[in-house]
Amino acid sequence: MRANEELTLDGNAVGGLLDEVFGADLTAAVGTCPDCGRRDALATLRAYTYAPGVVLRCPGCDGVQLVIVRTPRGLRHQLRSVIERR
Amino acid sequence: MNTLQWQIATITKITPETAKVKSFTLSLPGWIKHRAGQHYDLRLTAPDGYRAQRSYSIASAPERTGEIDLTIERVEDGEVSTFLHQVVVPGDRIEVRGPIGGYFVWDATTSGGPVLLVAGGSGVVPMMSMLRHRAAVGAKVPVRLLYSSRTYDDVIYREELANLATGGVEIFHTLTRSHPAGWTGYSRRIDDAMLAEVSRPFGASALTFICGPTPLVESAATSLERASLRADRIKTERFGPTGT
Repeated sequence: MRANEELTLDGNAVGGLLDEVFGADLTAAVGTCPDCGRRDALATLRAYTYAPGVVLRCPGCDGVQLVIVRTPRGLRHQLRSVIERR
Repeated sequence: MNTLQWQIATITKITPETAKVKSFTLSLPGWIKHRAGQHYDLRLTAPDGYRAQRSYSIASAPERTGEIDLTIERVEDGEVSTFLHQVVVPGDRIEVRGPIGGYFVWDATTSGGPVLLVAGGSGVVPMMSMLRHRAAVGAKVPVRLLYSSRTYDDVIYREELANLATGGVEIFHTLTRSHPAGWTGYSRRIDDAMLAEVSRPFGASALTFICGPTPLVESAATSLERASLRADRIKTERFGPTGT
């Protein structure tokens, strides 16, 4: 089993999923972390995809910004950050 | 056809690039012109319904119509990449959607430059699309690629990169594990001094793309910001399960 760090992708890799949830390409949109206030393009958030859902975390403080889970009844998401479309 | 719609691509050609890397040519019934740097999602479905999905960068130029190349590294224990490397043959069909991504993209005619590309391992794949795109449209924007590989034999697109290094494109290789006798490129991990040397002629305004394993991407981005490249001109793409 690899260390978590080695399996980390970033928001670029989940651009398709973000588009499914929000109906637009959001990889260039900027999210403000609810925990530390850092602002980053969603493409640069750490993406954890080897779990039942996808979790996007702040690259600065590791705070959770967005969780997306595919369920039998469709996609469910919980958004914690403020997102600004560019 | 839209970019989120899954479609059945036909693998028309498989080209070995290195011992661990192959390029797959996919013929797409719903081909959509991509932007250099974008990727496709690819998914496999087992007979019991289990699905595995990955995203792979496009290697070919947007100007090539009807088909794309995906260059894919075989990851130890990788359930998708090992299938593609060991099982798939030309004529096989595979489910994909794309092109995807609006951040790590470059358009030679509108994005400007000069452009600094920093790649580790198969992180060179989206850069290859950018270089092929630049050549296809005859753009003159200066580009420098700093490309880190483990060994000489691990260098993906070695010959084509050498041929592309003309008319404003310069390629700098570094080999981190071993290098052949007479090697004139760098032979260490990418570091501050190397990045400073390669980026210096472009000054602080270079449009920069960095792609590779997470530690390489983070250290290169931090180093370039310290060297006062503008942070908003640095775009990064990280992937996990490989190293240089």
